[in-house]
Amino acid sequence: MTAPVSLVGTVGIGRRIRDAAFRGLLYAAVGVALGTLLVLLVDTVNQGRPKIGMDLYRNFPSARPARAGIQSAIYGSLWVVGLTAVMSLPLGVGTAVYLEEYARRDRWYTRLIELNIQNLAAVPSIVYGILGLAFIARGPLGWGPTIRTASLTLTLVVLPTVIISSREALRAVPPSLRQGAVALGATTWQTVWRQVLPGAAPGISTGSILAVSRALGESAPLLLLGGLAFISFNPPAGPAALESPYTVLPIQVFQYATDARQEFHVIAAATIVVLLAMLLLLNGAAIAIRNRYQRKW
Amino acid sequence: MVIAVNDLMQLHRPASTPPTSHPVVMEAVGLSVSYGAFRAVRDVDLAIRRREITALIGPSGCGKSTVLRCFNRMNDLVESARVEGRLTYHGIDVYGPDADAGEVRRRIGMVFQKPNPFPKSIYENVAFGARVNGRRSKAELDELVERSLRGAALWDEVKHRLRASALSLSGGQQQRLCIARAIAIEPEVLLMDEPCSALDPVATAYIEDLMHDIKERYAIVVVTHNMQQAARVSDRTAFFTTEVADHGDRRTGVLVEFGRTADVFSKPADERTERYITGRFG
Repeated sequence: MTAPVSLVGTVGIGRRIRDAAFRGLLYAAVGVALGTLLVLLVDTVNQGRPKIGMDLYRNFPSARPARAGIQSAIYGSLWVVGLTAVMSLPLGVGTAVYLEEYARRDRWYTRLIELNIQNLAAVPSIVYGILGLAFIARGPLGWGPTIRTASLTLTLVVLPTVIISSREALRAVPPSLRQGAVALGATTWQTVWRQVLPGAAPGISTGSILAVSRALGESAPLLLLGGLAFISFNPPAGPAALESPYTVLPIQVFQYATDARQEFHVIAAATIVVLLAMLLLLNGAAIAIRNRYQRKW
Repeated sequence: MVIAVNDLMQLHRPASTPPTSHPVVMEAVGLSVSYGAFRAVRDVDLAIRRREITALIGPSGCGKSTVLRCFNRMNDLVESARVEGRLTYHGIDVYGPDADAGEVRRRIGMVFQKPNPFPKSIYENVAFGARVNGRRSKAELDELVERSLRGAALWDEVKHRLRASALSLSGGQQQRLCIARAIAIEPEVLLMDEPCSALDPVATAYIEDLMHDIKERYAIVVVTHNMQQAARVSDRTAFFTTEVADHGDRRTGVLVEFGRTADVFSKPADERTERYITGRFG
């Protein structure tokens, strides 16, 4: 007779308790993070509810709460963020392609560039604001407090993130694909353009949208760059918008929330809800693109 | 020992190569490859002939794949790789100042160890080489795709779904697609780096039959880990092994023996070859 088989666990009770305790700790960590977010969100929506509606969109910023809205801030945000995307995408993706596909990794200057980009990604955005103030708003470019100043500065803010996420997307394309193309006589550029970039496109667009959505929420550098709170007109349609004064949603929130009058806090909360909705829309688009074009190699 | 060798030789196809030798297409003389300070393989002398299959065999790390990747300059992609010695294609130095790597690869095609079709349609996979090497009309492309797929014995299986993703094919079909893709650029030499190592025996047999069928039109060089495969398909065999370098503990590959497959397998000139093919080493 062999010994009877038993599946009763031999793990001591102490270990089981430790396991359960650790699991509980992790649940708590997730709960605190999500809970805080949820409370903030519900509170903001509740506070802003009276003002959420078409009047908020129809009216321009004003010093009188009854007539205050955010129309010029919505269009200002769209212009600033749109231009930022237009400038940062080609620059960022181009840099990423150079670093991943062309640069020789054993050269000192390649490592210097990489180190710089990683450090720039960690620089607080207010520092970019000072840079933009000194070199773009004033100084050599002297563009003043205009939309193009804001966009160029925000481009500098998001560029490192766009580069880093694009590089990751390019690195996810298997080397065997590049070898296959090169072995058929394709040049490096043909390989990149016809095989690598299409393969990396979903990853690049996801990362870039997330980077650009950061620009949508930035207020610190724009406060330095003369984003004005009381702009009672929309940026003109067409190229003239580049040289137009502007306001954006985060500046508007800052302005309304720091006003002493209680009515303005309601408008600030409503503006936050609009800003959050736009951010969710962008991030949703990023997720949709990722799921739609996700590749299996 | 004798029995084992006879078994291998029975697998060898009836000699399709006449005793007279075909013209040499590529020739390596004193070819050495280093990765940084590490010498991967040294002093290789090889001649690749038209209408023949040359097999490169030997234990892991003997440098056979490294040598193969020199032939179409794929080692250019490895930054630290350095090639010494002479490698010629019809007498022209492949690494010479007048040789363009892209042109070299158009004339010397390659099939990789793991099937690596592009994540595009079957049609686009085969047409890719033509597209990057100059424009052609739609009709020419259609004709090229059909001819190449027929050449790789894949046409009948895919002719009704040329627009389907290449990734929907089985592993063996994918590898034949990669062969179709390689022959679509009409190379003179076809390099195959362990083309069957990721395939099951049935798919392997398909590829071997295919190699036998198409060798009349190409000079084929195949790297293989599989002794029987080398014996079955090749006309000439080059046996590589490793030797400990004078300094350090890394091993450098050397070419031990190169000759007709029948000779290398039945009466190897070198003791190391004999030990390897009889399974006593490696």
